[in-house]
Amino acid sequence: MKIMPCPLNGPRNIQEFICAGPVEPHPDPSRCSDDEWAEFVWLEENLAGVVREWWCHAATSYWFIAERNTVTDEILATYPADRVFSERVDFAPLALPEPPAPPEPPKAPAPPPPAEAAADTPAGDAPSDDALPLAPKETGG
Amino acid sequence: MMERLPEPAGLLLDRSEPVAFSFEGRRYQGFRGDTVASALAANDVTVLSRSFKYHRARGIHSLSGLDANTLVQVGPAPNRFADREPLAAGLVVTGQNYWGTLRHDRMAVFGLLHRFFPAGFYYKAFYKPRWTWPLWARMIRRIAGLGSVDTAAPHGYFDKQYLFCDVLVVGGGAAGLAAASQAAAAGAEVVLVDENAALGGALLHGRFDAGGVRTADTRTALAGEVEADERISVMTETACLGWYADNWLPLVRGNRLYKLRTKALVVATGCLEQPLVFRNNDLPGVMLASAAQRLIKLYGVRPGRRAVVATASDDGYGAALDLLDAGVEVAAVVDLRTDAPRSGVGDALAARRVPVHAGAAPWEAVPQRKGPGIARVRVAKIVEDGVCAPTVDSFTCDLLVVSGGQAPAAALLRQAGAAIAYDSRRQTTRIDALPAGVFAAGGVVGAAGLDGVIADGRRAGWQAAAHAGLDAGPEPAAAPDGDAPATAKGVWPIFPHPDHKAFVDFDEDVQVHDLEDAIAEGYDHVELLKRFTTNGMGPSQGRHSSLNAVRVLARATARSVDETGATTVRQPIVPVTMGHLAGRSFEPVRYTAMHFRHLEAGATMMPAGLWLRPEYYGEPARRQALIREEAKNVRDNVGIIDVSTLGGLDVRGPDAAEFMNRMYTFAYLKQPVGRSRYVLMTDLGGVVVDDGVACRMHEDHFYVTATTSGVDNVYREMLWYNAQWRLKVDVSNVTAALAGVNIAGPNCRAVLETLCDDVDISPEGFPYMGVREGHVAGIPALFLRVGFVGELGYELHVPASQGEALWDALLEAGRAHGIRPFGVEAQRLLRLEKGHIIIGQDTDGLTTPHEADMAWALAKKKPFHVGIRSVRMQAEKGLTRRLVGFEMPGVGVEQPKECHLVIREGEITGRVTSVAYSPNLDRIIGLAYVAPDQGEPGTRIEIRVDGGRMVSATVAKLPFFDPDGARQEL
Repeated sequence: MKIMPCPLNGPRNIQEFICAGPVEPHPDPSRCSDDEWAEFVWLEENLAGVVREWWCHAATSYWFIAERNTVTDEILATYPADRVFSERVDFAPLALPEPPAPPEPPKAPAPPPPAEAAADTPAGDAPSDDALPLAPKETGG
Repeated sequence: MMERLPEPAGLLLDRSEPVAFSFEGRRYQGFRGDTVASALAANDVTVLSRSFKYHRARGIHSLSGLDANTLVQVGPAPNRFADREPLAAGLVVTGQNYWGTLRHDRMAVFGLLHRFFPAGFYYKAFYKPRWTWPLWARMIRRIAGLGSVDTAAPHGYFDKQYLFCDVLVVGGGAAGLAAASQAAAAGAEVVLVDENAALGGALLHGRFDAGGVRTADTRTALAGEVEADERISVMTETACLGWYADNWLPLVRGNRLYKLRTKALVVATGCLEQPLVFRNNDLPGVMLASAAQRLIKLYGVRPGRRAVVATASDDGYGAALDLLDAGVEVAAVVDLRTDAPRSGVGDALAARRVPVHAGAAPWEAVPQRKGPGIARVRVAKIVEDGVCAPTVDSFTCDLLVVSGGQAPAAALLRQAGAAIAYDSRRQTTRIDALPAGVFAAGGVVGAAGLDGVIADGRRAGWQAAAHAGLDAGPEPAAAPDGDAPATAKGVWPIFPHPDHKAFVDFDEDVQVHDLEDAIAEGYDHVELLKRFTTNGMGPSQGRHSSLNAVRVLARATARSVDETGATTVRQPIVPVTMGHLAGRSFEPVRYTAMHFRHLEAGATMMPAGLWLRPEYYGEPARRQALIREEAKNVRDNVGIIDVSTLGGLDVRGPDAAEFMNRMYTFAYLKQPVGRSRYVLMTDLGGVVVDDGVACRMHEDHFYVTATTSGVDNVYREMLWYNAQWRLKVDVSNVTAALAGVNIAGPNCRAVLETLCDDVDISPEGFPYMGVREGHVAGIPALFLRVGFVGELGYELHVPASQGEALWDALLEAGRAHGIRPFGVEAQRLLRLEKGHIIIGQDTDGLTTPHEADMAWALAKKKPFHVGIRSVRMQAEKGLTRRLVGFEMPGVGVEQPKECHLVIREGEITGRVTSVAYSPNLDRIIGLAYVAPDQGEPGTRIEIRVDGGRMVSATVAKLPFFDPDGARQEL
């Protein structure tokens, strides 16, 4: 059985861990196209080579990032997620009109972003389309 | 019984302890230390089994537990290797795979019909017409069986153990012993594993010098050193099943499977002596040189009376000397080589006047007329590789000892990813490169000569200790020159005969011409050839046949053996029983704090995730009535149910409300302190995955419940998202820290009034969906006023240590008010009357909030919650199904079951997810998915029940009971 070097718990049997797939940017759900969203949710790159992946040590519910070569199954580096995700992420107020909720017939378009949401989401922090991708600040070694 | 040879022959025997056993119904005697095979050999029993396909008689071949010839049934255990099975008093051993008797198997007629069983005959003979296959299959299974499984046999006890060490040495031969000593000397904690009963490997049976004393002396010295070393744990009679990533190795000894993790591994598995391929090379009485030597030296058994030795190396010379010493007449030594270099054993043999026929091969073993063994051997000059001259010499003998050279036992190294190449000059494989942390020593890496092997072992042990991080000191000295014999050119060991019966693979009765035919048909890749002919697929996994099959393929396709390649050697490399893999059953179960109170009250428990929950209380014979009584009592009086298994999550921090708003579909930013709110979670695909209630305890603190089986995932998801969002919030899973009781029913306020003095539980002071903190019967508790079962009710969450005390206090205080506990089944009925869904029962892996008619739980103005985009895209696309309530008359109708289909005009439009008879409403009520246009209350739907009958139901408005919620808001 492989050993996963956990940044929190040290080397442990890999059966104690859960792999949650590649670390990839989440598209802004209120601005991306349907196709972009569907691709993000349903399609995987399945890259042959070095990928960055989310791993969780199940017993301690600790999430971290591992760089793994999917061809050789070598784990090249593991590090805490805050090496990549170091900044608070916020979501822009709704940009899309409120869709109808079937089976009822469509109602009037949704009102503008509510005061509550606007107040809790400072406009200055609203990430743009290309800022939202959770770009790495640093890669581990 | 045959007289055993005098000591020192019979190293493993304890001659003071005779052991009686039976084989094929006849009683025999051996000694303690014997295996079944050696004891039978001592009793002149030469036939141990019948071959798989032609039912040919088979006897000892390797005597090392590595070939299928010795498979026998031992009591209830099938397919035991007779040459591994320790002899024990009273063992009942039988042969396998015959019809009649082992000596006279009527199915041996298949051998005469061999031309009708070409390679791949299964694929050719039985597939047309297709309906005949089941008939053939039944017949073939009867004929081609191995042992039989006794289903009435008692369950064995098997368990597992973890081991850790600095250096694991696999193989207790000269190299392994030297490696273990060297590593231990450097301070390493060493485990030494060997599959045999005694350490020594080839030192136990081999003969490398004319005098024949060197191996025994070397073994005594090396093994003594290892056994005296406290740092070395010796595990004999232990099989290593394979190599797994990062030096993780499963070992089997007795009834225990060890999982060993080592920092460094030394593979010192040595070599496997290879057979020669010629006509009738499988007859009982034809055996490997090492097998004959094992019989003599380990068990004191003389393997025959008059022998011929056929060899491709000096190994046969050593065996011939051992045979002479054991009193066996050696009629001739047939050396396949023409240019054999001079050696000590060769000179010794010449001195004892044994004729040596160089450049010759055994062309055919001639069977006895009446017995199962051999009568004589026909020997011919080799003209070219695999071709013999027509003139032959004939030697009468009852024993033909063969040695076709050595092949490295490199399975572990291959699995570890070693680069292995074939040395065509020496006709054997060699290791070119090893992965980190894996070292190899001795014969498996081609070390030659006893001194060379020992020095190589010391080198590997030194390297392994250094790899394990120990200060191993200076590198040990290399072997002195002159010990290693000059390496001879490898010789071609395969001699097909025009009349066939030259077997490459004994397990599967694969002959040379079978391989050639398959190659001619186009199966000219090693893996294809293996699968089509089944060569190497039997219990011995090609240990004695793969190399020769590759040789045949290489020659037929005019390639080198290296170009031809080798088949993959997978784990397990030796057979392992299911019992070892299964081990003891280990299914963790979680008990709530009140578990034993439920048992005392006669509850029938049911699993809920890892937990056990009371299904209902009382006699199983009255199950249905009890469930209805429990439910009725909640509606009429008051009931309590243990809800400790519900998940509990504490979400704290300045961003707690923002975090809740992102994780769940509803709106939480403005949820008032002291109030609870429903939570619904969707995944990225917009599928409903969990629900519960969120209690705002404080501006910065939510206590959230989750479903029993969902809480671990919810918790993990929360941590995953916040690893990305970096909100100022901390989440902890407090499920196990709290016990919970739901008290519900019109009388519940009266019960609580007697137990609470610091919480105002009046309707005005504690409204529906309120949350309070206080004490119940002196126990600190969180009060949630909720209505899952549709009655006035409170959930009380208390420290788990106080759960039993709370349960007792509530039952005591409620006695005057008609309190009784209710189980999960009654709760399911009560909530169904209210139309409340259960995530996972009424939803599946595709259910969206809109399908479940839960659009009310979607905040309309939020910028984000997990899966929001998917939920909205689905809403735009429109529904493909809806979850609705349905009802049917209470009598005269067959009640559908969960998962029965809703069918309209022959098309499936949905299925039933929950259904029950409601005594309260005197109707059958349920939830079902239906087509979107079947969702209007009053619509008739048809449900197909057991047996294909159709029943009618009417779509009903939810909830079925108390639509205004007046009861729960009392």
